[in-house]
Amino acid sequence: MIEITNVYKTYDTGNKALRNINITIEDGEFVFIIGRSGSGKSTLLKLLLKEVEPTSGKIVVNDMNLGKMPRRYVPKYRRRLGVVFQDFRLLKDRNVYENVAFAQRVIGASPRKMRERVPSMLQMVGLSSKYKSFPQQLSGGEQQRVAIARALINRPEVLLADEPTGNLDHHNAIEIMKLLDKINHMGTTVIVVTHSNELVNLMRRRVITMDRGCIVSDEEGGSAHEN
Amino acid sequence: MRISTFWYCLKEGVKNICRNVWFSLASVATISACIFLFCLFFSIIVNIQHVVKNAEGTIGITVFFDEELSEDQIRQLGERIGEMPQISDMEFTSAEEAWESMKNDYFAGHEELAEGFADDNPLAGSASYQIFLRDITTQDEVVEALRQTPGVRQVNYSNSAAEGLSSFNAIIGILSLVIIGVLLAVSVFLISNTINVAASFRKNENEIMRYIGATNYMIRAPFVVEGLVIGLMGAILPLIGTYFLYLRAVGYLAARFQIISRIFQFLPLSLIFPYMTAVAVLLGLGIGFFASFFTIRKHLKV
Repeated sequence: MIEITNVYKTYDTGNKALRNINITIEDGEFVFIIGRSGSGKSTLLKLLLKEVEPTSGKIVVNDMNLGKMPRRYVPKYRRRLGVVFQDFRLLKDRNVYENVAFAQRVIGASPRKMRERVPSMLQMVGLSSKYKSFPQQLSGGEQQRVAIARALINRPEVLLADEPTGNLDHHNAIEIMKLLDKINHMGTTVIVVTHSNELVNLMRRRVITMDRGCIVSDEEGGSAHEN
Repeated sequence: MRISTFWYCLKEGVKNICRNVWFSLASVATISACIFLFCLFFSIIVNIQHVVKNAEGTIGITVFFDEELSEDQIRQLGERIGEMPQISDMEFTSAEEAWESMKNDYFAGHEELAEGFADDNPLAGSASYQIFLRDITTQDEVVEALRQTPGVRQVNYSNSAAEGLSSFNAIIGILSLVIIGVLLAVSVFLISNTINVAASFRKNENEIMRYIGATNYMIRAPFVVEGLVIGLMGAILPLIGTYFLYLRAVGYLAARFQIISRIFQFLPLSLIFPYMTAVAVLLGLGIGFFASFFTIRKHLKV
């Protein structure tokens, strides 16, 4: 469970990115966070990743109080999260298999474990046949699937997706959403930050709308509205 | 650490070197220059110290005693003086031996001139001890202690020779430390630059690693490996160079300038090379490790 209580974030520049944010996300939920640019969506993800610290307030993720977490525990905490970015952030000099295995390698997983998990993860995202391909040989949708496989290979409890369909065409965007839905049905909590009203309306999941650092609506089975 | 993780870090470190090969080569060249100079100074200094040590052994302090003391009393006094820890060796010269020596030195070929003294030894009461020190820098304190000793009439010593050898030793030492220090600073700066370039090449990879949950240790390891490999290469190359240069230089000097080989013997390479290798390798690895370890720290923040 994720509990965000009375969180404020003001950057050193004076920019008040978040004001009195209160959100509770249960295990296994699928949540969209939407809002205009500068509404504070990405700052919220950064707080969950413990990339930035809140100015005040409390964030608890799976019983771990992020405010009281020493820096040395941050890597272990991040292993319980998966992250997907709009620009995929794949390693261009490594093939699909190596990109996914990379996430296991850097946390010191055994080669045996890698050989077991990587093929099954690639099968799950539908890229078994392309395990030898390099990122530049893949479509945008395929690259995002590799990024999702990499994010999930360490079996995180929560998947954070920052504009995962931002660089994709409509067809691929829907495919990625279906994949995220499938992952959510397997028990992973999924939080998606997006601009795409169309996808939000298609999925009919919980929608948190932000504006100028505040939550303006939080609807179960909600939809996005043009402002 | 798993074996597979170790090999992975090693492979990534070598990959870093290959990615910016020119920066790496520049770093290797600078460390090589630094360590080559170190080896050069090391060879020169140990040989000079060898010469100085030999010379120190020949510079003695001569102690004369009160004339009324008998030879037995002087020998007893000598035994007490010999207990001083700074003293390495002592030679007793009786008044008779002193006179015989003087006769040989000054009346050689004209022995009849000395016959006028007959049995009347003009150097009676000149029994002395020649004292040799372990370390020439302790000469002043030993001389002072001898002067305070009851029964000691006069202490002769060469202050300028002792000071000359000590200060020559010190100047060579300081000069080499300064030069090596400057080169060390340049080496650290260049490796640091190389690691910075490598870190910028791997910026994307490092960011991904941090989001995935890699520890700082895991992110840092390839860069430290890179620094260590550069440092090691920077040590091995000048060691090979110094090995052959020393052999050739000693052979050349001995053959061309025989006067040098009459003055002193060069230390054999087998005697100094193991120490030189150990220090040079430690120096190379040390520079590589510290420069990479501290440079990469600023790239670890998230």
